[in-house]
Amino acid sequence: MSRLRVLFRTTAVRLSALYLILFSICAAFLVFYVTAMSQRLLEQQTKDAVVAEVTQIEGVYNRAGVNGLLRTLERRARQPGANLYVIAGPTGEILAGNVASLQPGLLDKEGWTEQAFRYQRYTDESRKDSHVALAHVFFLSNGLRVLVGRDLQEPEKFRVLVRQALMVALGIMGLGALIIWFAIGRNALRRMDRMSEASTKIMAGDLSQRLPMSGSGDEFDRLSESLNAMLGRIEKLNEGLRQVSDNIAHDLKTPLTRLRNKAEAALAHKSTNTGYRASLEEIIGESDQLIRTFNALLMISRVEAGAAAAEMSDVDLSRSVADCVELYEPVAEDEALRLEADVPEGVHVSGNRELIGQALGNLIDNAIKYAQGADNPVISVRLARRGPSVVLSVADHGQGVPEGQREHVVQRFVRLDESRSKPGTGLGLSLVEAVMEMHHGTLELGDTDSRAENNRGLTASMVFPVAIG
Amino acid sequence: MVTRMKILIIEDDLEAAAYLAKAFREAGIVSDHASDGESGLFMASENAYDVLVIDRMLPRRDGLSVITELRRKAVHTPVLILSALGQVDDRVTGLRAGGDDYLPKPYAFNELLARVEVLGRRKGAPEQDMAYRVGDLELDRLSHSVRRQGKEIPLQPREFRLLEYLMKNAGQVVTRTMLLENVWDYHFDPQTNVIDVHVSRLRSKIEKDYDQPLLRTVRGAGYMIKDETGKGDGRPDP
Repeated sequence: MSRLRVLFRTTAVRLSALYLILFSICAAFLVFYVTAMSQRLLEQQTKDAVVAEVTQIEGVYNRAGVNGLLRTLERRARQPGANLYVIAGPTGEILAGNVASLQPGLLDKEGWTEQAFRYQRYTDESRKDSHVALAHVFFLSNGLRVLVGRDLQEPEKFRVLVRQALMVALGIMGLGALIIWFAIGRNALRRMDRMSEASTKIMAGDLSQRLPMSGSGDEFDRLSESLNAMLGRIEKLNEGLRQVSDNIAHDLKTPLTRLRNKAEAALAHKSTNTGYRASLEEIIGESDQLIRTFNALLMISRVEAGAAAAEMSDVDLSRSVADCVELYEPVAEDEALRLEADVPEGVHVSGNRELIGQALGNLIDNAIKYAQGADNPVISVRLARRGPSVVLSVADHGQGVPEGQREHVVQRFVRLDESRSKPGTGLGLSLVEAVMEMHHGTLELGDTDSRAENNRGLTASMVFPVAIG
Repeated sequence: MVTRMKILIIEDDLEAAAYLAKAFREAGIVSDHASDGESGLFMASENAYDVLVIDRMLPRRDGLSVITELRRKAVHTPVLILSALGQVDDRVTGLRAGGDDYLPKPYAFNELLARVEVLGRRKGAPEQDMAYRVGDLELDRLSHSVRRQGKEIPLQPREFRLLEYLMKNAGQVVTRTMLLENVWDYHFDPQTNVIDVHVSRLRSKIEKDYDQPLLRTVRGAGYMIKDETGKGDGRPDP
């Protein structure tokens, strides 16, 4: 019972009910109209027939007088299904015809009886049945009154039949509509139920759940689709958050342990003042590194959460790149590397100058770290347009990153074995990727020289979707 | 440099505040302390301080609103904001609210000290001289030229700005992040010792052919340009 109530509460069923009511009103009007029209038509036919007979009867009277008229009427009155014939005296007493009694006063006036009237036939005398008829009355020149009428039994039957047929048809249609609408409503309800079932699971914490789709591409599917896209985004953010806390647990505890060990060791050994000093300086250095890692992590998650998205403006990328290259050039030189820039003037993008600078700094810093000792000491920083997008790439000739590892190195705290000895947080590329995602762009990693045997080098490209101006 | 600098620290962490007060005292700076936004706002409006050090998150009145309110009352004491929040977006909001400098927590005390000293001296000092002189080194901001003992030293534009900033703050410690912020206008962590390399290049240009060193590395803090032959500024060597 409550299920029915739920069913009735659905929009589909409510709309259907409204539709059904409107439909019924229209149909009722139709029935009324059709029956009324057919009744009028039949009445007209009846009148035409009566008028034709009246004309004939007048002709007979004119030709053969009263006797001829009586004979003709007697003959006609005896035929089965005959019309009504009455000949009455000037005072209204019935002289001949096939009618036993009439409503009084009917014969007083010439012309059509105003309404259908009741009468009794001789044949029906035993049953005392009354019939309804329409009649025409006319007076003869000798004072006799003649009534010619037609029984309305048949048209009445027809009218009732039409009405019944229409009512039955309407009933069937209404019932069919009800069944169809019930089915539609139930279907909609069932899909809704499935959706709310899925969302209950999602609320319970299973973010991998998705709302069901029927594949028909209807409005339910479109709704599910956009909700699923939203869930995907939420899941990704949540995943990122979880990853951050996992990483914090793992990669921050290690240096923290180291820090604590150092402090303990300094306390345990009976040290001199300078010894303590050295230990303390080491500890400060260690904690600085920790702070650095922590800051980088926080920055990545803030960038991923879109916290800096509000601070977007027109960035002169050409200038930013030139500044960055200039900033790192002496460092590269100290490592016997050459930083070469190919930067055309006036390339602008919409973005956050600070973050783009940091991202490019990370890439150049990486290149300097990993190109050390390479045969080709050139690191080239190139800014170029590619169709509508802008590509900012840093290419070195170091060892490069094997193709299978590229997706891996972008993840947080991932450092390839060869790089473990070098300083760094393992967060550089993660930040670059987060920054590019915030700019609706991508970070692409590729070989600098794919034909080389070894030292293929790494080309990291920041791809911005559109340039400004 | 005889008058002692007086600052107000608005910080709700009492331990941190006590540590800061002690450290500032050792550096020759007198400090008052307020432990919430309301009393901090009151003290800052009633007394004359050289610098306000304001924590971003405070009880009773948020740090940013303290700054906004002070600025509304036409109190233009330089403000340094301390914040445990992120760097990217937070700095901008802090500076927009009327802060003059921003330092994310955790920070090195030397960094804070250097910034407070620069802010404190900026107040009252005539803004922007056209030329700076440290010992026999001269920098002319109009002609963009640098001379030592009257002899021109050619510098790259960025080296010029680096030296300009150092000389503007002559006798004071300037940290690496301050240099990155003021000379390159970047606030991120450059990971490597980029600034050191730039400074050492500059140093070689201005000191190579001369006996007297001018540009000093202050261990654990940053750099300072100073005429060693003149009188010291009273800062103890670390």
